[in-house]
Formats: sequence, C-alpha cells, structure tokens
Amino acid sequence: MPTSIRHRKPGPLKRAGNGRHPLAKAPTGIPGLDEITNGGLPRGRPTLVCGGAGCGKTLLAMEFLVRGALEYDEPGVFMSFEETTDDLVENARSLGFDLQRLSARRRLLLDHIHLERSELMETGEYDLEGLFIRLGDAIDSIGAKRVVLDTIETLFTGLSDRFVVRAELARLFRWLKAKRVTAIVTGEREAEHLTRQGLEEYVSDCVILLDQRVQEQSATRRLRILKYRGSAHGGNEMPFLIDDHGVSVLPITSLGLSHQASTAHLSTGVAGLDGMFGKKGFFRGNSVLVSGTAGTGKSSLAAHFAEATCRRGERSLYFAFEESPSQITRNMASIGIDLAPWMRRDLLRIHAQRPTALGLEAHLVTMHRLIEEWRPRVVIVDPVTNMIAVGSEIEVKAMLARLIDFMKLRQITALFTSLTEGGGAAERTDLGVSSLMDVWMLVGNPEANGERNRAIQIVKARGMAHSNQVREFVMSEHGVTLVDVSRRADGSVAIGSARGAEQRHVPAGPAKPSRRRGSK
Amino acid sequence: MKNGARRTWRLRLYVAGQTPKSIAALANLQRLCDRYLAGRYRIEVIDLVQQPHLARRDDIIVVPTLVRQLPPPIRKIIGDLSNVERVLQGLDVSPRDDEA
Repeated sequence: MPTSIRHRKPGPLKRAGNGRHPLAKAPTGIPGLDEITNGGLPRGRPTLVCGGAGCGKTLLAMEFLVRGALEYDEPGVFMSFEETTDDLVENARSLGFDLQRLSARRRLLLDHIHLERSELMETGEYDLEGLFIRLGDAIDSIGAKRVVLDTIETLFTGLSDRFVVRAELARLFRWLKAKRVTAIVTGEREAEHLTRQGLEEYVSDCVILLDQRVQEQSATRRLRILKYRGSAHGGNEMPFLIDDHGVSVLPITSLGLSHQASTAHLSTGVAGLDGMFGKKGFFRGNSVLVSGTAGTGKSSLAAHFAEATCRRGERSLYFAFEESPSQITRNMASIGIDLAPWMRRDLLRIHAQRPTALGLEAHLVTMHRLIEEWRPRVVIVDPVTNMIAVGSEIEVKAMLARLIDFMKLRQITALFTSLTEGGGAAERTDLGVSSLMDVWMLVGNPEANGERNRAIQIVKARGMAHSNQVREFVMSEHGVTLVDVSRRADGSVAIGSARGAEQRHVPAGPAKPSRRRGSK
Repeated sequence: MKNGARRTWRLRLYVAGQTPKSIAALANLQRLCDRYLAGRYRIEVIDLVQQPHLARRDDIIVVPTLVRQLPPPIRKIIGDLSNVERVLQGLDVSPRDDEA
C-alpha cells in the first residue's frame, strides 16, 4: 500500500446508546465522506449507494472495504454481481489498492456471482437461501464486519420470478442487520427513480446518490446524502474525485462560520507592509486576496509571505497555476527571495499545475488532499483567477468559499493572488471573491506624471486597524520594499520622482522602509 | 448425438436443509430419472447448510439448483423440478429416452 493513502482519521467512534448519538457510525476512511456523514456510515446497517453507470459506485464501495480492512481492522466481503474478481482487482489497482494482497491476508474476500438468465432453466419454486448461505459463509470465514453487494439488482434480470426476488431481498436486508455487518448495497439509477428496482424501499438508514456530469469537457462527480436517519447531514451536492488515491469528497457547507477567529499575527514578510497592518501583519487563519494587473508584484508578495512562514519554521504550500517551481524560484531569486533552501528543508512545497489540466472540482479536491496530507500553516494560490479557465464565475466562487472554509477550520492562512484586467476598475473584477476574503490588497503601477510607479493599498482588513494610504513600493534585489510616504501640504501623497523632489516633507504612517524582510 | 446407450448423466442437486422445496426437488428428480434415465444416471445431493463453502465454489445462490455435469455442457436448472417438460429439456433428455 502506498503511504499516500494515509489520511486523517475521524475522531473516536460514536457509540450507540449514549443518547446524543443514537446511531453508531463506521468510518469509511474516505477523505471528506466521514466529515459530511459526521463519522461514517450507520454501523451494522445497510447503506444504499446509487447512481448511473460509471458514477463510481463500485470504487467507492471497494474503498470502503479496503480502508475498513487497512485502517479500522474490519475485514470485508465484496460480493460482485457484475464485475469478475479479476476485473475488480484490476480496477482497484488503479486506485493504488492491492486486493490480491488483502485477500491473501484474509482481510478481504471477493466473490463474483455469475447470473445469466439465458443459462438458467427455471423449473419450479425456488428461493435465494443459497445466497444467504454463501454470504454468511464468506462473512464467517474472515470475520467480516463490512459487506458490499454490487449490484444486487442484477438478481432481477437474472431471475424471472420478481415476486420471489423482492421477498428475498427484503429478507436479505433484515438478515444483514441481524448479522450486524455494515453494508453498502449499490443500485443503478434510472430516470426519475433512484434505483431500477426500488431498492431504496429496503434501506431505511442511509442513502447516498452519486452523479457524474460533463460540463465544458470536464467531468465532475458529485455526491449527495439523500437520507441519513438519526443523523444530521447536509443535503447539498458535494463534489468528489476518483484518482490514483481513491475517492475524495470535498466537504463543504455548514462548516461555514463556526471557525475560531485567531488573534495571533503573521508577518507578511515585508516589514513596511506589516506596518500598514499596524506593524503586525495578517491574523492567523485569514484569507488574503492580492489583486492587480500583470507584473505588479503579486507573486513577489506571495513569495515574501511564504518565505516569512518558512523562517518561522512553519510549512507553506504554494499552488502555482502559471509558472513551474523552477521558474518561481529563479524569478524570486532575482529579487533576493531565496526559496530553494526552504524547499530543501521541506518547509516549502510548490505544487505547479496547469489549470486546464483538471476540472475545477478536481483541482480543489487535489488541493484539499495536499493540504490534508502535508498540513501546511500557510497556503498560497497563485493566481486564483486561473481557476476561472475551468469553471464559471459562480462555480469558482462557490468552490473557493468551500476551500476557504476548509482552511479556516484548520487555522490555515491563505493568500490568493488575482490577476485583474488592465485599464479597468480593478475593484470591479476579482470574480466577486473579495467578499470571501478577510484581507484585500490592491497592487498596481498607475501612470502619473509620465512615469509608472508601483503602489499598494489595503482595501479591507477585517478586524484590524490598517493604513488607508496608497503606498509606493519598489522591487529590487532586496525584494519588495515599501517607500516612505511623502505627504504634501494638502494631504495628498507624492510618489515616484515627485516624492524625491518633496523629500523635505515628514514621512507619515507607521512604516519605515526596510532592507531586511521578514522577522529574524 | 443420438441417444446412445453409452450416454450417462451425472447430476448434482444443491439444496439448503430439509425444506419442502428440497424434498420436492429430490423426489421429482428421482422419479424423473427412474423413468427416463434408468441405469444411466448418478445423483449427488449437496446440502449447503452442511457444506456452506460449496456455494461459493460452485457458484450457487438459488436453491434448489440442479447442475448437469454430464453430458456436457454444464447446465444449471433451478427450482423444485416440478415442471417435468422443462427439466427434461434442461437435462437434454427427450421423452422417448425411456424407450431406449
């Protein structure tokens, strides 16, 4: 098993009978799914997972067993009515799961039922007691706690007596409960019906619907919990991803605004800029937006912040959607920000990916996973605007809201850069995401008096006294440095060569230009 | 192939305990074989309650299931074998075989 399948495990299992949590849960181990189900699937009961062909039912069910066996010491039986065991083994391999090894260790038992009506001659009354015996024997032989039946609806096509099949299915679900196994039963979605054969009638505790849609050439998968008896759940659709790490669900929703607001400060990495935030920088857990036109220094500010994080010995994860890691380190080295040592010490990771390489949700799930795995304290997304290449504006905003919630809950400080179109009102742009941000800084190089000078401004900073000045900054081999403010008699601020000519004016604002960046 | 005297039937009947359906299936099979396949058949009865692991090995979920192992190809006949005509069809026995 690759080590990368390790994920955060949910908290202690809720036990039945303590009043507040009447339904005991069996964690799936699938990232995100346990969060949105508040701990997993109903323990000792069947859950229905339904969806159309190719929606990922089988893989989700398989991962439930694999993780059960590997992470929760709960062996599982996979009874397949469709794919052969060879196919199952092959498909699971693409998720990094070695079913043969698990089978050899008796942590998993794969059983394929071949049922083909044309090969069966029906000659009178029958029942499915053989199925019960077979499943019971499989469960007992490895001490299974989990069972998957994928998909049991095949019984209806394999056998002609629908009355018998229905009666036997009802009996099977009662039997599964009596066996106290946590089961996933899959069903094929058809038109308006959840499942072709109305399996939902038999499953009273938990129903999960999977869905796959193709939108602008990228497929997005969604998961929805339709029903979860005795358990609060969000009825929202949640994106999920199947990749070489298995299934990941992107948890969203009601996490919302319950996070703890931190009062600890983090340096921006630019002393003068810290000064604009009352000498302190951002709050930990803030989401920060730096927007501006091309070439105004957004990435440099991001790199300063990342470097300051590493200097404190904290991890910083940099998602680059425009440049490769080597390009970033080279460019930053040219302005005196040496990122390479931090990468060598594994305090900085740069994850570069073309935005169009994946769908929007796939990007966000990947980001979730990397964050969960590596646990950085600071995350940089540079630039977040490239996301719009793969999703509509509303979608991007919704996804970003989820990502921000996710990071806030973990007290991760996030800095997003945003590329705005030149010439227009910069404030108008930014995907409407600025409302999600705690801090919004605008950088630009406005033309005035025949020259272009770099300027930075804090548009907002929630919960912080901050400078309202437009400040000039320069980028040199010492990085980004804010220049002293030169205030004219009328209160306006002189920048560029006007400042030089007017240096007799007293510098205003709390900041001093700084040669050194970051806190030593 | 003509119904030559050399042709033999090897049959395996899977049941689950002594249920009315099991008892009926075995009685039906016995009667049918005596009439049409006298001296040319062998029946093995497997009770899955006694040998549960055989359900997986032999891919059985429905009971009763009669498996025709010989003559080839292997065929599965399910139910209590009360529909004589279909059982004969499944066994590849024509009703005239009793005259052979």
